[in-house]
Amino acid sequence: MNATQAVRVAEARADFPILHQQVHGKPLVYLDNAATTQKPKPVIDAIVSYYTADNSNIHRGVHTLSERATVRYEAARERVRRFLHAASEQEIIFTRGATESINLVAAAYGRENVGAGDEVLITALEHHSNIVPWQMLCNEKGAKLRVAPINDAGEVVIGEFERLLGRRTKVVAISHVSNALGTVNPVGPMIRAAHRVGAVALVDGAQAVAHIPVDAPALDADFYAFSGHKVYGPTGIGVLYGKKRLLEAMPPYQGGGDMIRTVTFEKTTYNDLPYKFEAGTPNISGVIGLAAAIEYLENIGIENAAAHEHDLLCYATEQLRRIPGVRILGTAAEKAGVLSFLLEGVHPHDAGTILDSEGVAVRAGHHCAQPVMDRYGVSATTRASFALYNTREEVDALARAVRKAQEVFG
Amino acid sequence: MANLRDLYQELIVDHSKQPRNFRVVTDADRHAEGHNPLCGDRVTIYIKMEGERISDVAFRGSGCAISTASASLLTESLKGRTATEAENIFDNFHNLVTGAGETGPLGKLAAFSGVCDYPTRVKCATLAWHTFHAALRGAQADHVSTEKA
Ligand SMILES: Cc1ncc(COP(=O)(O)O)c(C=O)c1O
Repeated sequence: MNATQAVRVAEARADFPILHQQVHGKPLVYLDNAATTQKPKPVIDAIVSYYTADNSNIHRGVHTLSERATVRYEAARERVRRFLHAASEQEIIFTRGATESINLVAAAYGRENVGAGDEVLITALEHHSNIVPWQMLCNEKGAKLRVAPINDAGEVVIGEFERLLGRRTKVVAISHVSNALGTVNPVGPMIRAAHRVGAVALVDGAQAVAHIPVDAPALDADFYAFSGHKVYGPTGIGVLYGKKRLLEAMPPYQGGGDMIRTVTFEKTTYNDLPYKFEAGTPNISGVIGLAAAIEYLENIGIENAAAHEHDLLCYATEQLRRIPGVRILGTAAEKAGVLSFLLEGVHPHDAGTILDSEGVAVRAGHHCAQPVMDRYGVSATTRASFALYNTREEVDALARAVRKAQEVFG
Repeated sequence: MANLRDLYQELIVDHSKQPRNFRVVTDADRHAEGHNPLCGDRVTIYIKMEGERISDVAFRGSGCAISTASASLLTESLKGRTATEAENIFDNFHNLVTGAGETGPLGKLAAFSGVCDYPTRVKCATLAWHTFHAALRGAQADHVSTEKA
């Protein structure tokens, strides 16, 4: 990160109106970014301008507003295409979020391609949204869900992952970055291993896209899923990237308007990609807001944001390690800005309340990753997670609040 | 903002660190399990009855300070009471932590007066009570969840 870029990151904080407030009389220190990130002014403005000037339904009206809304919607798709380096806009499908993207693949690809005795391989790091859809599919089909284990540092044991791959493996579904521990998985080599046995690979990039530049074709991912709200965009909008060849062969996920070409009561012919998978009126303002978020992040530079967050992670790790009674969970060599920890004698739920009373917003709980918690024999952790607008001063506030929690139970 | 010490009163911190009646009652007449799936808190309440009277009440489980202290103080407050008295105390306690209205005398349970200022923590304070209630009414093993199925 060069000096001007560093300045750009430092100035970014001013772009997020919500950050400039007090909570319980203390400056808000927002460290719950893995749950959802805050939204910069350009994203809020894009949504306001859409509803103020251009709101209309898309792909159906001949009138001016509909034309404008359609142009903005499709321009957003083009921005997402470039963001993931996809070859074609037909490979970018808008969904409600990472969860719906994964469910779409489990339903439309999985139902056609996974049968009795087949296997789906996931890892022990997955978020519930990359476990349950596969479990449902496996139950329906009489297929088997296999789980690659993690080591004490929270890294997938690659040898075991490869050993679990076989002739019966039809789908491999892995997170790019773990939301509970911050581990960055070596998805490139994992995808190659999946392909060697003829399986398709889905990557859950919900925690990755705001922190790692993603080139889906270079990774050779068959499917790549993410949510807008974790990359400075609005809630209720997400993306599924899929290889055109696979998407074309898949049946639709939902039926309705926009996904059809012709309908009679006897027979319906489906629309082309990506519309085949976008039934009904989509979240138009969400799509426009997401495009503004990606533009914003790209202007700052994902690498710059990542370098800044890495600095915060190292600094926070160092600060918390100095406090007796703190145990950090997730010590992978490759980590994104997530710091999960336990405080001796203080339950995470109590830590969460006490930190909040100091203005520090963190997540306390199982992070929708109960199997990860089970792996460490705990029911919950306290998790601080960083975004490009966080500062070292905020890490200091976190460390002070942690000491305060210890005092309360001292 | 409510003061943190109003929530974590000394009595609560003490009971969370050294819960009373923290044991399995092997010859319990009734027991029930409670679970808060959102935060992972778990509690099992055991009751022994002598006629209408609760001759022993104890608990096991794991959870945050509020839920542990609440279970611990529940056992202290309800031992020796009749079932009807216990239900009345539960009503009063519930009103206290939800800020819903008149509470009547609560003794040590008044330590939970700060909870009503922390709406996200009400379920922590009431988990053991709902579980107790289920055990008292249910014939044998019962299961309580803070989240509706
Ligand atoms: C790794 C991971 N995958 C998937 C999801 C699900 O995202 P959403 O709830 O936005 O669909 C999350 C969100 O917490 C996540 O962290």
